[in-house]
Amino acid sequence: MDFKNRDIISINDFSKEELLHILNVVRQVENRPKSLLLRGKILATLFFEPSTRTRLSFTSAMGQLGGEVIGFSNANVTSIQKGESLWDTIKMTEQYADLIVIRHPLEGSARLAAEAASIPVINGGDGSNQHPTQTMLDLYTIQKTKGKLDGLHIGFVGDLKYGRTVHSLVIALSHFNPTFYFIAPDDLQISESYTDELFQKKVKYFKTADLNRFAKELDVLYVTRIQKERFPDPLEYEKFKGIYRVDVAFLRNVKKELKIMHPLPRIGEIEKSVDSTSHAAYFEQAANGIPVRKALLALALGKLK
Amino acid sequence: MAKKKSAGKSKIGGRMKVKKVRIPQKEEVKMELKISAIEEGTVIDHIPTDSTFKVVEILDLENQNGIVSIATNLQSKSIGKKAIIKVAGKNLTQEEVNKIAIVAPDATVNIIKNYGVREKIKVKAPDSIENVVKCSNPVCITNNEQVPTKFYVVKKDPLKIKCHYCERSMGKEDIRII
Repeated sequence: MDFKNRDIISINDFSKEELLHILNVVRQVENRPKSLLLRGKILATLFFEPSTRTRLSFTSAMGQLGGEVIGFSNANVTSIQKGESLWDTIKMTEQYADLIVIRHPLEGSARLAAEAASIPVINGGDGSNQHPTQTMLDLYTIQKTKGKLDGLHIGFVGDLKYGRTVHSLVIALSHFNPTFYFIAPDDLQISESYTDELFQKKVKYFKTADLNRFAKELDVLYVTRIQKERFPDPLEYEKFKGIYRVDVAFLRNVKKELKIMHPLPRIGEIEKSVDSTSHAAYFEQAANGIPVRKALLALALGKLK
Repeated sequence: MAKKKSAGKSKIGGRMKVKKVRIPQKEEVKMELKISAIEEGTVIDHIPTDSTFKVVEILDLENQNGIVSIATNLQSKSIGKKAIIKVAGKNLTQEEVNKIAIVAPDATVNIIKNYGVREKIKVKAPDSIENVVKCSNPVCITNNEQVPTKFYVVKKDPLKIKCHYCERSMGKEDIRII
């Protein structure tokens, strides 16, 4: 399987076999952390909206592989403020770098960037649409902590309507015969376009507003933040803020091997006391961002196969 | 009981002569009155009434030089109510026909020459639609930069299309023509 020059835009572009292959490469990279595979290569990070984790982990991943990073994290200091189109910004950037990582508030921007560029483009998040490297690190974390991906019972709790990490992970996991539990109030429940797709793929799923209802069934609980920025009305946000809380009391009713994940940042959805339990997998999940991004950079530049 | 005389049969010189007469149905007569025949051009039939003006938009019929006749709310056995559009002096290409399929999947397209049907083109929903439909997602890149739109047809009936860029799905009700 050759990923050289392959753009990484949407999890929907990857087959089950390709995802498994990528996870194998991540494992190899994790076992060989010192390799300077990308010496002499330049990564351009074009961040049109703020991000700490994604930008820093790509920068760190490239640095660890011996490569260099150029770019910006604030579009206000660039020619975009002068009205330059995204297309032109990409055409200009490809002259300076071997690979681009882009984060942009408009949905579909990464796809357009990939069409403009002759060098590979990685999507670091396009609005509420896709964030494929996050999905791959989520998959890797599940595989690593549970020892498998097939046949797991996976709960999602929080903002399932707007949360892109949930949407992409649901699609990626649906290759692996899962049972899903969507835990959210009606207003934040996962949209029908996703459940229709699951129905077509014959994936079993349950919807509930009660976090405790299926607690005993779960192998993984993926917790998400209720995103304040998605609510046009602050009163609406107040209504849902803090509606779910994973705490030590909740953990009394779960399987011993349950793993709790969260894309972070968390704002009170998971109590700090959970951090020291064997259930907490969210910091390990964040740490997996590095080997996953290293593997993807090396694959896209053809240095690993 | 007296035997009922069959319609269309007459007895001449003791021999039975069968004469086939096709009586135009009431609806057909009415339709003739509503839309006149064209010498050359295209007739698009079986358009769902709520898609009539979307077809007009897709084919850019407002800017046609020839006569364009539109009749809507006609009775149809197959789709309930339908519309017919006749475009004089224009032969649709297969590509244009396929665009119609987005909003009128059951439409039939007849190419008219010399008042007769020269060719029937079957409407076939395309697998992708380029630069015809506007994305309904306001934060899609195609609504913010000059980019030709592109959609994939996910489901033909009821129609569901997916934006190539923002990946949002749209139904027929969300379709706006560029």
